[in-house]
Amino acid sequence: MTSTFIWASLAVIAVLSVVAALSLVPHLHIIPPDTKFDFIRFRRISFPASALLSVVAISLYFFHGLNFGIDFKGGTLMEVQAKTGDADLAGMRSTISGLKLGDFQLQQFGGPANVLIRIAQQPGGDAEQRVAVEKVQKALGDNVEYRRVEVVGPRVSGELLQQSTVGIFVAIGAILMYLWFRFEWQFALGAMIANVHDIVLTVGFMSVTQIDFDLTSIAALLTILGYSLNDTVVIYDRIREMLRRYKKMPMPELLNISINQTLSRSVVTHLTVSLALLALLLFGGQAIHSFTATMMFGVVLVGTYTSVFIASPILIYLGVGTGRADAAQAADDKSR
Amino acid sequence: MLYFSPAKAAAILFTALLVCAFAVPNFFPASVVATWPAWAQRRIVLGLDLQGGSHILFEVDTEQVRKDKVASLLDDVRRALLKQPRIGYTGLTARGNSVEVKIRENSDVQQALSRLRELSQPMGGILSGSGQRTVDISDAGNGLIRLSVTDAAMTERIRQTLDQSIQKIEKRVNELGTVEPSIQRQGADRILVQVPGLDDPGRLIEIIGKTAKLTFRMVDESASVEQALKGQMPPDDEIVYGTEKEGKSPYVLEKRVLVDGEDLTDAQPAFDQQRTGQPIVTFKFNTRGATRFAQATAENVGRRFAIVLDNEVVSAPVIQTPILGGSGQISGRFTVEQTVDLAIVLRSGALPARLTAVEQRTVGAGLGQDSIEKGKIAAFVGAALVVIFMLVTYGLFGLFANIAVVINVAMIFGVLSLLSATLTLPGIAGIVLTVGIAVDSNVLIYERIREEIRGGRSPITAIDAGFTRALATILDSNITTFIAATVLFIIGTGPVRGFAVTLGIGIITSLFTAFTLTRLIVAWWVRAVRPKLVPI
Repeated sequence: MTSTFIWASLAVIAVLSVVAALSLVPHLHIIPPDTKFDFIRFRRISFPASALLSVVAISLYFFHGLNFGIDFKGGTLMEVQAKTGDADLAGMRSTISGLKLGDFQLQQFGGPANVLIRIAQQPGGDAEQRVAVEKVQKALGDNVEYRRVEVVGPRVSGELLQQSTVGIFVAIGAILMYLWFRFEWQFALGAMIANVHDIVLTVGFMSVTQIDFDLTSIAALLTILGYSLNDTVVIYDRIREMLRRYKKMPMPELLNISINQTLSRSVVTHLTVSLALLALLLFGGQAIHSFTATMMFGVVLVGTYTSVFIASPILIYLGVGTGRADAAQAADDKSR
Repeated sequence: MLYFSPAKAAAILFTALLVCAFAVPNFFPASVVATWPAWAQRRIVLGLDLQGGSHILFEVDTEQVRKDKVASLLDDVRRALLKQPRIGYTGLTARGNSVEVKIRENSDVQQALSRLRELSQPMGGILSGSGQRTVDISDAGNGLIRLSVTDAAMTERIRQTLDQSIQKIEKRVNELGTVEPSIQRQGADRILVQVPGLDDPGRLIEIIGKTAKLTFRMVDESASVEQALKGQMPPDDEIVYGTEKEGKSPYVLEKRVLVDGEDLTDAQPAFDQQRTGQPIVTFKFNTRGATRFAQATAENVGRRFAIVLDNEVVSAPVIQTPILGGSGQISGRFTVEQTVDLAIVLRSGALPARLTAVEQRTVGAGLGQDSIEKGKIAAFVGAALVVIFMLVTYGLFGLFANIAVVINVAMIFGVLSLLSATLTLPGIAGIVLTVGIAVDSNVLIYERIREEIRGGRSPITAIDAGFTRALATILDSNITTFIAATVLFIIGTGPVRGFAVTLGIGIITSLFTAFTLTRLIVAWWVRAVRPKLVPI
């Protein structure tokens, strides 16, 4: 079935390619040329809004918390599938609660035949976690197929959490160094603020949705970091070019022109990435669902917004083109 | 930017095709590829999340290794001081990583120090010249001497323990008849065992978790068990309990070991033919073991000896006649599977330290197959959407970009094969995202060309300027993502690492195509068509 599907899509692509190549139809300009949005003025709304959202996200993290998966919390996760018909969720629940393994959760996963069982970390050591798995397997017997069994002991989960936290900070640090090396320090700092903003909002999203927070979430966070920066760097590159070319142009105007000139690219790129992510989200299956959902939020919603509305306007406050500060202020006053 | 010498063009095409060609073995069945020359056999390895299997992380009990090391130092100290002429001492104790001893006579301290210094060797042999020694010896005054195992020596000991454990684990896992197990050291004190296709790791964990330290010792029947439990027994005896099946009954055993598992040459599961018909394990000793066992049994006919496995008495039979043939059997109300497993661990020999499973992830073959299917569909739908979108947005240039993307994906597979890298489900997601990245390079270039045209440049100079200006940006923006991928590769394990690998490789290949291939295609088109108008 898959291969037919693949061939069909290949055929469609081939036909479309030929048609497009031959006809040279007028192409889609998603963003018309020469847009003149005043992004910089919008900072009066975007900065307070972002600050507010960040505060909300941070409080969510502290008061609502993240749904830590077993990677970071330890414990056991089992995905089972009923061999015939639908899974008997209620029956399973009573069977497992009879085992007295402490906290556990059952959840439909994917289809009606599939159930995800989570069992909290057992007191004692690593060996006790395995005993719990054996008990559940004995109790559920041969009526189900064990599709996935994961057991993470207390020490490993602690280390994974620590490693991941360190990893994110190392990544931020390394990127900061690189930007500092390639641009002036104000740019590096601006990108960094935008970056932290992205991560904070994404963590808030994960708290609201209570998506599983596990190792793949860390992968998603780091990718968001990379992508959002990718976007920011493209605009910064343009700003730097403009700074060199127009020595006297006031900063707000210069920033606005830079953002507008790169706007088409930002939008087109994000559309392609969202198309790719959309396919992963719809067809990639449960196993990478939380990963793609997080990425969709971070890359598509936050990343784009940040580069345009946070990373660029913030340069004014960080004193890029201080020589033009007066002119900038004047321009700002005039536009009021 | 748009001129390529024929040699350069050929080099670019050759590189691209060569890298793509490395992906070819993946499209043939393994049996076919096996007949090819060795250099052409490299292919992508499917991660355990895609092909199903078990990933188990074991941790060496370093605390036990440390204790053993200090205990053996303590033995050495005792032996050194008891050598003729004896040196009187009191309070020989182990404390943390150190052994302390108090020399009775102050006049003996120098003599004791010089004997004890012989216990400390230079690290890594005399020739290493690192200046590090295995034991630090200090005179704490008042006749108190402290010997500490150095950190370097302890680390070295743990490293050796890990090496020996890996060898033993290899033997045990191979005996289970598994296919292509991978056993690697991880960090300072862990061993990662990955076994494709194994969907119930319970038995594997049991087999690897057994230290399998086997000893044969005499039961001291002159001592009473009740007295011993109260702490009154000869100093050379100790209490060892029976296995659960034995009812955990206490035995008073001599500490002296008659023969141990090191002297076994073979162990096999069998059935007790003569009497009960129960499953048993038969074993054979080497010459040294056979001699010792013969001697011990000859001297002790009518007494009981105990077979002790991992500090539990498995059985304690009465010696009926001297056992001279160098072989014997262990019975202990086993099931058949237990005898098979026991024979495996006895053949491999005892582990130098206890191993505990600290992390275990198992994916069934069914889920793996489902993931492959879903990954494929998602990848193709994603790629198709992007390809169509590019055609609609940039027309002919969109087609150029799509050619670059297809070559890109082929190159990723080529590099993955060349590295024999592991492809995981998040790894597939990484490839799909790379399609996005590869396209982004083209978008940057094309948007720049559009701008240059609007700025009033002629088609050819606009294209040229578009490439020149966009490439610097492409480099900058991709390096940031690459840094993130590198960090992820370092901290991630398993599936997540697979994502980092494909993302990282994808960035490199997409940089390659943006800087060479896309430009080459556009240059050829410009030369062939001499466009008056850029269809972009």
